[in-house]
This record gives sequence, C-alpha cells and structure tokens, in this order.
Amino acid sequence: MSMPAVAERQSAYAAAFDAFRREPAFGPEWLRLAREEALQRFLGRGFPTTRDEEWRFTNVAPIAETSFGRAASAAPDRRAIEPFLFSGMGAQVVLVNGRVSTALSSLDALPKGVRIEQLADVAPDVRLLLTMDGQPDAFGDLNRAFLEDAVAISVAPGVVVDAPVHVAAIAVADDRAQMIFPRVIVRVGEGAQATLVESYGSLGDSETLTSPVVSVVVGPNAVLHHVKLQRESAKAFHVARLDARLSRAGTFHTTAITLGGRIVRNDITASLEGEGGECTLNGLYVADGETLTDTHTTIDHAKAHCPSHEVYKGILGGRAKAIFNGKIIVRQDAQKTNAKQTNKALLLSDDAQINTKPQLEIFADDVKCTHGAAIGQLDEDAMFYMRARGISEADARNLMIHAFAAEVLDGVKVDVVRDRALRLMEEKLKLVPSA
Amino acid sequence: MLLEIKDLRVKAEGKEILKGLSLSVGMGQVHAIMGPNGSGKSTLARALSGHPGYEVTSGDVRYDGQDLLAMAPEERACAGVFMAFQYPVEIPGVNNSYFLKAALNAKRKSKGQPELDAVEFMQLIKQRAKLLEMDQAMLSRSVNEGFSGGEKKRNEIFQMAVLEPRLAILDETDSGLDIDAMKIVANGVNALRAKDRAMVVVTHYQRLLNYIVPDVVHVLTDGRIVRTGGKELALELEEKGYGWLESAPAGARA
Repeated sequence: MSMPAVAERQSAYAAAFDAFRREPAFGPEWLRLAREEALQRFLGRGFPTTRDEEWRFTNVAPIAETSFGRAASAAPDRRAIEPFLFSGMGAQVVLVNGRVSTALSSLDALPKGVRIEQLADVAPDVRLLLTMDGQPDAFGDLNRAFLEDAVAISVAPGVVVDAPVHVAAIAVADDRAQMIFPRVIVRVGEGAQATLVESYGSLGDSETLTSPVVSVVVGPNAVLHHVKLQRESAKAFHVARLDARLSRAGTFHTTAITLGGRIVRNDITASLEGEGGECTLNGLYVADGETLTDTHTTIDHAKAHCPSHEVYKGILGGRAKAIFNGKIIVRQDAQKTNAKQTNKALLLSDDAQINTKPQLEIFADDVKCTHGAAIGQLDEDAMFYMRARGISEADARNLMIHAFAAEVLDGVKVDVVRDRALRLMEEKLKLVPSA
Repeated sequence: MLLEIKDLRVKAEGKEILKGLSLSVGMGQVHAIMGPNGSGKSTLARALSGHPGYEVTSGDVRYDGQDLLAMAPEERACAGVFMAFQYPVEIPGVNNSYFLKAALNAKRKSKGQPELDAVEFMQLIKQRAKLLEMDQAMLSRSVNEGFSGGEKKRNEIFQMAVLEPRLAILDETDSGLDIDAMKIVANGVNALRAKDRAMVVVTHYQRLLNYIVPDVVHVLTDGRIVRTGGKELALELEEKGYGWLESAPAGARA
C-alpha cells in the first residue's frame, strides 16, 4: 500500500471524526478530550504492520485498505435478532451497530444488586476507565475515538447473581463497509459473584470491522465467570481487547469461543494484582476457508500465591491460519505463582496452519510455570480403533472432534451458551449433532 | 467354515510379512496361532481387522462366505469380527461407556435392530463388567486413558463381551500381563466360548493356553503356517522352542 493511499485513508478517519464531533453521540464533555487524543495517536501511527512484534503473523492490511465509515443506526426487528439471544438471562443488553437498543434489550427486571448504565449516565469512576485505561493500540484508540455508546455493568459487593448478564453486539449489514466499537465495562464488587456473556453476531454479511474493548474489574474475593461467543459473518473483521484486573483473592474465568470472521484477533490480558487471585483463560477457535484467527493472551502475575490456568484449542480446516501467543509475566513479588498454559490445535486439512508461541517472562524464583503445545491431525490410531469396533469413519471423526472441543466447552458453566456454541461448531464443521 | 484364508500375502511398510498363509477356522472352535517374534502373527490379526497399515497383495479371505478383504474395518466389526488389540489405543475425551454404546448401536443398526436405550445399555455393561471384574469407575473414564497395561487388556475383553462377536481375534492379549491379570482375562475369554463363536488366539507364549485351551494350534514362521496340531503341539513348542520347526516342510495347512 502506498503512502498517499495510507494518508488518504487516515484523512478519511479524520473526516469521519470531524462529522462525528458535531453529533450528540460524540458525547459528554469529559470524554471529548480523550477522544481527540486517541484519534491523534491513531492518525500519527496508523494501523500496525507485520513489523510490529505483536502483529508479526497477523497482517491487517485488508483492514487498513478498507474504507470503513461509522456504522449507521439500524433497528432490526426482534425476530431477526432472536437467534443471537439466550433464554434464562438475568438481563440482555443488545447493541446494534455499537449502540444500545432499548427496544431490543431486556433491562426491566435486573437481578438484585446489578446496575447497568449507558455512556450518558455512567458513574465518575467508570469515566476514568473510559478515558484513562491502559495503553491502547491502534484499534483501542479507534474504539475510544469512535465509540457510540458504552455499557457499564456493576455488581454490588456481596451479591451473588445467578442469572447471567448478556451483552449481545449485532452488526447489521449495509452497502458500505462499517466500523463498530462496542465498549463494555464490568465491575464486580467485593465478595460478589456474577456471570457475563458477551456475544457478537452479524445480520447479513457485509464488510464490518468490530473492535470491542471490554474492561473487567474483579473486586477482592469476587468471582466473574465470562464467556465470549464470536460468530460474525465470513466478511467480518473482529479485533477485540479484553483487560481484566483482579484484586486479592478474586477469580476470573473466561472462555473465548471464536467461530467466524475473515480476520479475528483477540487480545486478552488478566492482571493478578492481589495475592491469591486466580484466573482461567480458555478458548476454542474453529476456522476454515481463507481466514486468520489470532489470540494474544497475557497473564500478569504481579502478586504472590496466584494460580493461572490457560487452555486454548483450535480446530482448523481449509486454508485457515491461526496464531496463538501466550505471554505469562511473573513479577518479582509474585512468589508461589503456579501458571499452566496449554495450546492444542487440530488441523483438519493439509493447508491449515498455526503458529503457537508461549512467552514466559519470569522475575521471581519460587514459581511453577508449565506450558505445552500440541499440533496435529486426527489421531489415526484412535480412528482405526473406533472403526475396528464398528463405528463409521464419519462418526469416529465426529467423536474425536467433539472430544477435542469438550475440554474447553465443558468449562462454560452457562448451559445455553455452551449448547449454542456446540451446535454452531457442529454446523460449521458439518458434524453430526451430539446426543 | 466361518473363516477361510487362502494363500494370503500381506505387506507392511513395503516389506512382505505374510507369504502365502492359509488357514481355516470352523464355528465354535478356538485356534491358537503361535510363532516366534517377527513371524507375522500380529500382521495376520491386523490384516483381518482391516488395519490401513497392512496391504494385502494377494490371496482370499472368506468370512461366513463373504469377501472379508473387500469390507471396511467398521463393516467387518458390524458383521461380527472383533480384534482385541495388542496395544489398545487411548482416546482422551471419549468416554468409555459412550464409546461402547456407539459401537454397540452401530452394530445393531447394521443388523436392522433398534438401538439400546440408556437403561438397557447400562444393565448390559454392568453385567459384563462383572465378568471381567472391572471397576465400574473405568466405564466413566476416557477410553483406555491412564489405564494400566492389565486394565487395557481387560477392557478389550470387556468390549468383546459387550459386542458379542462371531469371530474374535485376540492379538497377544497375554503380553504384559501378570499371572493374576492373565487369569482374569482368560476366565473372561472362556466364559465367552460358545458354539456360535470362533476365536483365534495369537500368542507368543504357551502360558496363556494353559488357561484358554485351544482346539487347534498353528505354528507360524516366516509368514506361513508350518505346522498344525492339537493342544499338545503348544506344549511341545514350550519344551523345544521354535527352532526345530524352521526347517520343517510347510505342508501342514489346515
């Protein structure tokens, strides 16, 4: 891509931002400066390239070369979005093209102790998260500059919430390429327990860039169980960031299920900022065709006595390419850390490929860190063993793939989400449904 | 004859292992196939089960009148051929009883029988598990995963007890078993001897045949059956070793 083309595209983002600035959605005064700064940073450095270490294997040129405009408001009818919703949720927040749809959301009967706010009415401490958090990359900057709304979920201290809260982000197809920036903040108060389901789907298939940023704050002794189900169209780009911070003895369990999109990148960071915190970062990605699925995780052990667990599994067919980069940082104070990381990939075709890399940075001396990667085709000995017992080749393959995925899917405690993920996986891989 | 093998030649990894083997097994009989290491015993067992690593270059195998070699491994299994593996495979994540139910129902389906429901199936496997003195907990574990050598072999015979084959081929089921485990396996096999079932017991050692007494013993060396006799042949082999047979005429085809 030539420099003038880059400059032109970036000025298109600048022009879109100028237009956005004049709209009410540009938002409250406190956010404006942060938006301006984020845009300037983005214009200054542009999209990452494969020369950036964190993007070495993920070429986002197809994103950089597309002229995305702000997604239009859309009002799909309830029936159309029904396949993206779940039963048994305590609350469902539906974001359509990045904007909360009051008509489609179910927020009237919030579980006791749960508060859900939108951008216009967030509490002052949430504002800080929206304007100050971390060091965003290009996509994080675009999110901050262009976010149309935000969803802030707070769980009061000591409250145990049984029914999950679901945030569903739906991209409605358009004849233009659209960019969508969901922004979600979840705070679980001291001693509280909650479950968050985060999902992404497409209505129709047109080029979209969905680039969500999710901030999770787990209070002392609090528990958050989180599932992300990403199932956008084959034309979708999805570049997501999730940052979780855990206080003393906090627990964060997340499962990222990735089932669709042309380029899908997940950056997931869990920071163990208090002693005795525990995090589990699991994921299952299923891809085929000419797609790219990239997962970068970071587990930052800042304090002592924190276990972390990580199991990522990929099922790749066609010419699908995947990247897994699992960074584990153990800081000097983080003695008695116990970190375990596993990445396994099942390659169903000769042209599928994966790059997997554990990245351990250990500065403490009394720690236990293990990592392992296994990449392979379906085990031929196991296939023959099953066939020799009368099970057909198709059924044997089916059983093996189910068994491979089960280790991750079984960790999802929300039955309706796990079952949906399983069905979607079966559809995608043309498997026989499990009993 | 339930099984008739004529002039079977089989290659593995490009090398000819079976060099014109002929053998007939009648219904209700137990045949033992003995032979030194590398003689082709396991190759025979695997070729009969349809293992893709073994290439049949010529010969004919009739199972109950059907062309066995033309059948896929799963078709052979559904038709009643069962091989107890020398090295049972571990399948992480696939539950033992789920696996067995899939196998049993595949077989029933191929015969046009209705699938067993969960209750009927559990009754069946509990009863058969008792026969092999199997710990019930093994049923809910992944297939062979983390099983000891003895548990794996016992699991093979347990599967045989559930699937009720017409022709069972036991590929060195005794290897790696201590005497107690071997007795349990042998008791299981003996309990499954029946008029409407034949067994081919492949073994290197005579020891197993003290417990599973065969009707016919064949000696396999260098890819051919070189001697066929009664159960006393096994004892003779135990005493004299295989050496004295190497030069014997290959005229003892059953």
